[in-house]
Amino acid sequence: MCYKSVISVSNARSELIFVFLISVLLQPYKGIKNRIMTAQILFALSLLITLAVFAFTMRRIFFNFRFTRKKKLTNYPARIRETVKVAIAQQKIFRHPVMGLVHALVFWGFIVILFGSLEMVVDGLFGTVRSFAVLGWFYDLLMLTGDVFAAIIAVAILIFLFRRIFLHVKRFYGREMKPVSKADANLALSFILLLMLSLLGMNTFYLLEMHNAGQDFEGVFPVSQSLADLFAGMSDKQIIFWHHFNWWFHILLIFVFANVLPYSKHFHVFMSVPNVFVSRIEPLGKVDNMENITKEVKLMLDPAAPMDVAADETVEKFGVSDTTDINWVNYMNALSCTECGRCTAVCPANITGKLLSPRKIVMDVRARMKEKGAGLMKQGAAFEDGKSLLGDYITEEELWACTMCNACAQECPININQPSLILDMRRYLVLEQSKAPSGLNTAFTNIENNGAPWQYSPEDRLNWAEELYMNKA
Amino acid sequence: MSDNKIKIEVPVMAELAAQGHKPEWLFWVGSAGAFDDRYKKVTREFVKLLTYLGVDYAVLGIEETDSGDVARRAGNEMLFQMQALQNIEILNGYEVKKIVTCCPHDFNTLKNEYPELGGHYEVWHHSQFLAIRQKAGDFKDITDAFASKKIVFHDPCYLGRGNGEYEAPRSVLDAIPSEKVEMKRNKSFGLCCGAGGGQMFKEAEKGDKEVFIERTEEAIATGADIIATACPFCMVMMTDGIKYKNQEERMKNYDIAELLSLSLGL
Repeated sequence: MCYKSVISVSNARSELIFVFLISVLLQPYKGIKNRIMTAQILFALSLLITLAVFAFTMRRIFFNFRFTRKKKLTNYPARIRETVKVAIAQQKIFRHPVMGLVHALVFWGFIVILFGSLEMVVDGLFGTVRSFAVLGWFYDLLMLTGDVFAAIIAVAILIFLFRRIFLHVKRFYGREMKPVSKADANLALSFILLLMLSLLGMNTFYLLEMHNAGQDFEGVFPVSQSLADLFAGMSDKQIIFWHHFNWWFHILLIFVFANVLPYSKHFHVFMSVPNVFVSRIEPLGKVDNMENITKEVKLMLDPAAPMDVAADETVEKFGVSDTTDINWVNYMNALSCTECGRCTAVCPANITGKLLSPRKIVMDVRARMKEKGAGLMKQGAAFEDGKSLLGDYITEEELWACTMCNACAQECPININQPSLILDMRRYLVLEQSKAPSGLNTAFTNIENNGAPWQYSPEDRLNWAEELYMNKA
Repeated sequence: MSDNKIKIEVPVMAELAAQGHKPEWLFWVGSAGAFDDRYKKVTREFVKLLTYLGVDYAVLGIEETDSGDVARRAGNEMLFQMQALQNIEILNGYEVKKIVTCCPHDFNTLKNEYPELGGHYEVWHHSQFLAIRQKAGDFKDITDAFASKKIVFHDPCYLGRGNGEYEAPRSVLDAIPSEKVEMKRNKSFGLCCGAGGGQMFKEAEKGDKEVFIERTEEAIATGADIIATACPFCMVMMTDGIKYKNQEERMKNYDIAELLSLSLGL
């Protein structure tokens, strides 16, 4: 196919984009160091589409943050340490050492390979080949680790797929795990597998192409080098085709993948590291104080307190009944969750057959926010659709089954805090609706009247100390 | 009482204050420690240990009121803060600096949640308090009372996961000659007894079984003779579990303070 025919095809609006790409791939080869302009234009166009779609999606997702409650972030040094420990070093995923290692390898591999993807964007835009090679030994190191990691990730993904499809891992099932959740997982894994295969293919045929042209190659590729031997018999033309094919396939798949992720649980890939940074860093046992209640209680205990404190206050809802009552960190948590189910697997309530599943609570927050998002965007905070998180998604039965043991929060590899959400919904039920199980209402009354959850007189609080004897030491 | 017994008069903050004395430690008894029949025994054994160690301490007595932990975790923030502010007023009035308590829930609440409401204290769980004394070699005349026993420790959520303290109760147990075993789910993987978050005071939701049974079964599976606990709620649950599984003949449930006190023959 000649150059002109490419132009004419590009003018025909009805043709699909991949026809352009195949045409570009099939063009007479015009030298290793410089790609032809058409390819650059096509690349810039696909990058533009990618960014535009991504921006559109991000706007829809992030717009919802403005309807969440404020929460101040403090202690940045501790947050950085936590991010290094939990996100970069993958500390918590190693609580399951074997599968933890497989995940950590995928994560670390992604980080290294990301540099290669950036290089591809630069190369694609400027028609260069392996432009980051100017980094010298560091480039060799990046390519070496990237090449090895590509193979490791491919194997890891095969393990993940095998486990999901053939082994019955209990935590991948559950009331909240709909067929779409499973399809989601397998789709993302397949994407990653293809990404790794095309990366290795690109490197392999790059090596062959350079070899056949009698030129030195940039970088170090131990895995691709051995793969290259398998394809050494191919013609120059085939090798050039497959080099370009893998290059385009890899980068375009990244573009598509990046735009699919935000619509699936694999938005995790983007959100998990920032989520760890903004996550709760206080001891798990600590509950967040309700400032608005403190003001009221201080007034009650001290009638002499200045009344303008009360007058000042806008009527604020206590607790959470819908996603517009949650704080922004709760929403971050929900966007980052990849539904691994480690939380639910350790939940004492869930283990003993109760309705509660901490994973479901987090998934419900995301689903409800998504549902309400479109209306919120059009009509603002006043938007009502007659539904709410508490009631339509989460039942009281689930909330009251929680023992606040924090096993879920401890387990979450990215520091999602499920108990704080559960508690905030309990707060709504108790403070706004006076709806608590009768046993708890009795305990409340006792605490209020006797200073203990049981019905004893406060005067008897020291009775335990009577007639207390010990042996002489 | 026979001649080799000493009567302990538990020092009360108000009385000491009247005498112009500020004790080094406040022993926070907690509602369970003051009213729950089983846990009152733990309180008494811990007071024996305090006396044995010659600690300068006092209790609030009838001036103490519920910490509010249950109320808060059950969603009643209003009641929690009422309780907390009352307690803080009393504690600050006595200029309390250091607090020790046998209840991990009160330990957590006083340590982590009272500061935001104006109560700043150095708060210790009794396991930590005893572990330090054990390391200092203060329990030298310990006996072999439990030498033939196998002990398994059940981690309280609010000591362990809640505050990262897994070692202190274990080092207290290490001071007691006996065999120690661990449950499959221990330390940060520990399974809740089922009483936290207000569950102690309400019926369990519908399910296959109750949490305390699941946990007791795990403890029984270790072949231990004693489940050691360090929390009043865990104690109620494990004791109930042992009864439910008809293991009362074979298995007992003690708080770590009781085991230490009994080993010392106090």
